[in-house]
Amino acid sequence: MGILKDLFKDYRFAVGFILLVFLFFLVLASFFSPYDAIKWLQVPRDKPPSWFHILGTNSKGQDVFWEATFSIRNSLIIALIAGLISRLIAVLVGFVAGYKGGISDRILMGLTDGLLVIPLFLILVLVAMLLKEAMTLINTGFLLAFFGWAWDARTIRSQVLSLREREFTQTSILSGNGTLSLVTKEYLPLTIPLIFSTLINNIAWAIGMEIVLAILGLVPLAIPTLGTTLQWAITYQAILLGHWWWILTPVVLTILLLVALYWFSVSVSEYLDPRIRIQRIGVK
Amino acid sequence: MKFFRDYFIPRIIQYVLVIFCGITAVFFIPRLTGQDPVLEIISQIQAQGASLDASAVNSLMKTLKELYGLEGSLLEQYIITWKRVFTLDFGPSFFQFPTPVSDLLRTYLPWTIGLFVTSTLLSWIIGNMMGGIAGYFSHKKWSKILDAVIMVVRPFPHYIFGILVLILFAYVWQLFPAGGMMLGRKTILNWNFILTILRYSFLPALTLVLLGGAVWFQQMKLLVQNVKREDFVQYAHIGGVKEKYIIFGYVLQNAMLPQITQLALALGQVFSGVLIVEMVFSYPGVGLLLYRGVTRGDYNLVMGITVLSILTITTAVLILDLVYPLFDPRIRHK
Repeated sequence: MGILKDLFKDYRFAVGFILLVFLFFLVLASFFSPYDAIKWLQVPRDKPPSWFHILGTNSKGQDVFWEATFSIRNSLIIALIAGLISRLIAVLVGFVAGYKGGISDRILMGLTDGLLVIPLFLILVLVAMLLKEAMTLINTGFLLAFFGWAWDARTIRSQVLSLREREFTQTSILSGNGTLSLVTKEYLPLTIPLIFSTLINNIAWAIGMEIVLAILGLVPLAIPTLGTTLQWAITYQAILLGHWWWILTPVVLTILLLVALYWFSVSVSEYLDPRIRIQRIGVK
Repeated sequence: MKFFRDYFIPRIIQYVLVIFCGITAVFFIPRLTGQDPVLEIISQIQAQGASLDASAVNSLMKTLKELYGLEGSLLEQYIITWKRVFTLDFGPSFFQFPTPVSDLLRTYLPWTIGLFVTSTLLSWIIGNMMGGIAGYFSHKKWSKILDAVIMVVRPFPHYIFGILVLILFAYVWQLFPAGGMMLGRKTILNWNFILTILRYSFLPALTLVLLGGAVWFQQMKLLVQNVKREDFVQYAHIGGVKEKYIIFGYVLQNAMLPQITQLALALGQVFSGVLIVEMVFSYPGVGLLLYRGVTRGDYNLVMGITVLSILTITTAVLILDLVYPLFDPRIRHK
């Protein structure tokens, strides 16, 4: 409990945490929705917020609030798949390149740098365009995972490089530990904070990317996500017609979600960074 | 000569290698998906209600395969792809048939490059200057407030931030047009024309400068907070060097260098951001072209945009790396 108390002293953690809890409740609420997520014309169309529909209704005849709960859930599903799978690739590439060094390091990092320089977004769009018919929530997650690991692999590699130079590595090798046990038992725990913060950043990236893919019509538009909700609102000229409750809902929810994730990750990684922790104690 | 052998030549080799890998990736990754754009288009045409007999389908398939460079063995296709890259000829576009993709790109690319260069330079300079000064005076109240504001702006994705700016400044408070600048066939360079460009480019540029600037601000602030504590800065203080000179001559200049390298690394992502913002504001650049190409299933066009963007970005990174020694005294004096 002491850790939580310390963390809550940071306003960024407090705000981020509360927002995330709030959004989590929205996700839970989606399971109790009185409406279907996909069907049209379930309620009167284009009604501004009222007691019966707290965020109004859209031109498709859906309740904006309940659609929003579905859209957060689905966006998070995509982002979590993308984040977790790309973490696997990033950790694997980072560890192998950092620990093995030599030729495998040069090949892997050459590949990573190549991927970084290229505007990956365009290749992602190209592939999504070809897979258009086969795109589902899960596939979208996989696709984003496939393109979202390069930067983080580089970060993890540099951490492993510095760990390899430390004395405990030699001690461990001389005591007869195998590479696998050294890497999983010694290195992994030390890199977990870094992996965690890259995970959060990657989730945020995936949510933003899903929105762009939806605007381009490259994800299944029938399934509500933050991106597809926005795409429908734009297609139906919600800005021009002044249906602010429809267009602002996905915009505001995305902002809340991303700000919460960012603040959460910044405060946690600062907490875990011993240099900054010492600074903080010193100031007080 | 030593500079050429140790810096210039390896950098050029790397440039060629990255382009080679990039184009090869663009060639192979779509083929890994196992989807055939030709079949897709035919099914699209059939879905629109056109009835095609078997021979018509066959001849259509043959023409489309030729247009897309999908004829022959994998090696032959690969060679065709390279031929297209070298001649910058990507066949006709599908959505403005039969305008060649290269013609479309020639009209739209200058707009993107203009927005890309101005907004990147502005955000880099403004972000770094403000970040540097805020980092130097990190204990001051205004520095903390600025930091908190940046903390809010930083996580916004480009599309969402663009939409917010658009709603605020083009609909709620109608200061700027909501996009839709027309490209005339002939552009006459006069005062009026420049004003029009400024009016239409202001909001996209604002979005990009604020979002990009936030990133540079944070990185620079952290760097400066570290440089500030170094011995040579303390020494300058004791030696009685004026504070203004310490900030700009000592601290900022030293912290600036890694930021140039960072810029080179981030350029690909920055460029993606430009394309996304162009879509929001219907700015007549490659991003808008990409939007139209994707929504109409124009494979040639998207391919052309991707290849050209790879060439643009790698060249920009190369230029940045080659001018880097001009700024770095360690390399300059060798």
